[in-house]
Amino acid sequence: MKTNTELLSKVAGFIWYEADLLDHKEYQHWLQLWSADGLYIVPTDINETDYLNTLNLALDDADMRRMRVARLESGESVSADAAGNTVRMVSRIRLLEAGEELVIARCAMTLNELRHGRLITYPADVEYQLRPVGDGFLIERKVIRLLHAEGFLRTVSFIF
Amino acid sequence: MSELIKLHNVSLKAAEMVEEGRVHKALYSDPDIFEQELDRVFNNTWVFIGHESEVPEAGSYKTAWVGRQPVILSRDRKMNLHVLQNRCRHRGATVCEGRKGKTKSFTCPYHGWGYALDGELRALPKPEEYDGVIDKSELPLMRLRHESYRGMVFATFREDIQPLEDFLGGAKKWIDLFMKQGGGYPVKVLGEHRFNFPGNWKIQLENTTDAYHFPIIHKSFVSSLDDATADIFDFLNGDGFVEDLGNGHSVMVMIPELVDLEADLEQPIPARFSELAAALREEGRSEEEVKRLVRAAHGTGFNLNLFPNVSCSMAFFRVLRPVSVSETEIQHVALGGEGAPVAFNRKRMRLHEHFQGPMGFGTPDDGEAWERVQKGSLAGTDGWILVNRGMGRLRQSADGNVAGAVCSETGMRGAYRQYKKMMAAAEE
Repeated sequence: MKTNTELLSKVAGFIWYEADLLDHKEYQHWLQLWSADGLYIVPTDINETDYLNTLNLALDDADMRRMRVARLESGESVSADAAGNTVRMVSRIRLLEAGEELVIARCAMTLNELRHGRLITYPADVEYQLRPVGDGFLIERKVIRLLHAEGFLRTVSFIF
Repeated sequence: MSELIKLHNVSLKAAEMVEEGRVHKALYSDPDIFEQELDRVFNNTWVFIGHESEVPEAGSYKTAWVGRQPVILSRDRKMNLHVLQNRCRHRGATVCEGRKGKTKSFTCPYHGWGYALDGELRALPKPEEYDGVIDKSELPLMRLRHESYRGMVFATFREDIQPLEDFLGGAKKWIDLFMKQGGGYPVKVLGEHRFNFPGNWKIQLENTTDAYHFPIIHKSFVSSLDDATADIFDFLNGDGFVEDLGNGHSVMVMIPELVDLEADLEQPIPARFSELAAALREEGRSEEEVKRLVRAAHGTGFNLNLFPNVSCSMAFFRVLRPVSVSETEIQHVALGGEGAPVAFNRKRMRLHEHFQGPMGFGTPDDGEAWERVQKGSLAGTDGWILVNRGMGRLRQSADGNVAGAVCSETGMRGAYRQYKKMMAAAEE
C-alpha cells in the first residue's frame, strides 16, 4: 500500500487544527475553514448517505453554521453558557481520495465533554471532503457519524 | 405554602400531593411514586406507540414501549396491525431488537422459537419433546389491545377501558386539524430525533403546554429567525389560549392564525418560504397548491398534549418514555406528506432540524432547564411546584371547556387532575 505521506501529514495537520479550534471555542476562525457551499452533517443513521432527503441531527449550510455559532456565542442560550469544555482526540486518519480538486479523508474521533461535572463521551467516525486551496484546504463536507446516533443522545451545546 | 411533608416515610399518597394549582416536588424524585405511576398510569390507559406510516407494508414493524415494557407494532400479510409484547413465551428473551424494518417473522435468538407477524407461535426446534406438554396455539406473543385515530396508534394493557375515541374526546377535533399539515397529502413520519434528560417524565409533560417559557429559554432560537418569523413566535401578548380538553388532554394555541392550515390560503408567501415556493413552481405545481403546501410547511400554531405520553407539537410528535424516576427518553418525530413534493418534505425536515432534537437550536435549552428542575427538586425537605398561573382569569372556550391565556398553566392542571384521578383510583 502506497501512502502519500506528505498529503496525509498536511491533511492531519488541518484536521487537528480544526479540532483545536472547536475544543477552544474559536468558532469565528472555524467558520473561515469552510467553502461557501460546504455542508456540516450529523446523520441520525450512520449508514445513510442521502442527507438532503433524510432527517439529520444537523445539516448545516453556511447560514445554519453561522447561526449555530451565533447561538453558542450569544449569551442568550442557557445550555451554551452552561456547557463545559470538550477535548477531542482524532486519529486513524486515512486518505480515501487524493485528487487535485478534492481530498477525502476518514478518521476516528472521540469527543469528551464535561457537563455539570459528568464526563460524556462521543465516539464517532468522521469523513472530510477537502478542497485544496493554496497551502491549505477548505471544507466541502464534514460528516460526523456518531456511534450512538440511533440511540438516545444527551443534548449538544458544542460543535462536533 | 410551607406545610411539612414527611418524605422518608411517604405517608402522603401521591394523589394527595396534587392540589389544584400546585404539586409536591416529591412527585419528581420519589422512586416509590415512580413505580406506582408505571402501574397506575402507563399500564392503565391508552399509550401512544407510533404512527401507521411507520409500518407501511406487510411485514413492517417498529419497536416501542408502553411505560417500561417493550412492545412491537407489526403489520401482517393482510395489512392488519398488531401490538405484541416483545417477549418470547419460552424463556422470555426479546424477539426483536431492531428499531424498525421489515421481516417475515420474529424469531427468538435463544432457542429459535418463531412467531408470525400476528404473534402466533409457528415453529420451534425439536418439537417432539413438547408432545403432550404444550399447545402452540396457546403460546402466541402476548397481544395488547390497540386502536388508532387518524393514523396515531395507541395501545393498552387494559381490555376493559373506554374506546380510544372516547378517551381522546375533545382532542379529536385538534388531531383532525393537526393532520392537515400534510399539505393535502397523508401525514407521514419522515424520521425521528432521540435524546434523554436526567429528569422526571412529568417535567416534559408540563413543558409542551408551557408557552410561558418560550421567549425566555428559547431567546437564542428566536434570534436566529428573520424578523417576520420572530414576530410569529412572539405570541405571549397575542390571542392564543390554553384549553382543558378533559381526560388530561389540553391544547395550547400559540398562533391562532395557524390553527386551520386549509384556511386563509390567500396570504402572501413569507420570505423564509420563498425558496420552497420557487422550487414547487419549478416542478409545475399550480399556484393554489404552492400556497397550500407553503402554509402546511409551517406546521400548525398549536401544541396538543395527549395524556400521558404524546404531544402533537406544532409540526411533530413529541413522545416521552419514563425510564426511571430521574431519567426520561424523548422522541421528536418529524412529519411530512406521503407522496408530497420532495422540496416540501425537505423543507419540513430542515425546519425540524433547526429547533428539534439533541442538536437543534431549541431542545438543548429546554433540556438544561428540565435538568435544573430535577436537581432543584432535591433542595429542602418540603416544596411545591406552582402550576397556578392564570387560575384567576379562566373563561369558557367556544367548545364549552375551561380555558386560560396562552401562557396560563391550564393544560398542566388538566394533566395533573387526570394523574391524580388515576393514582387515587388504584388506591381505593
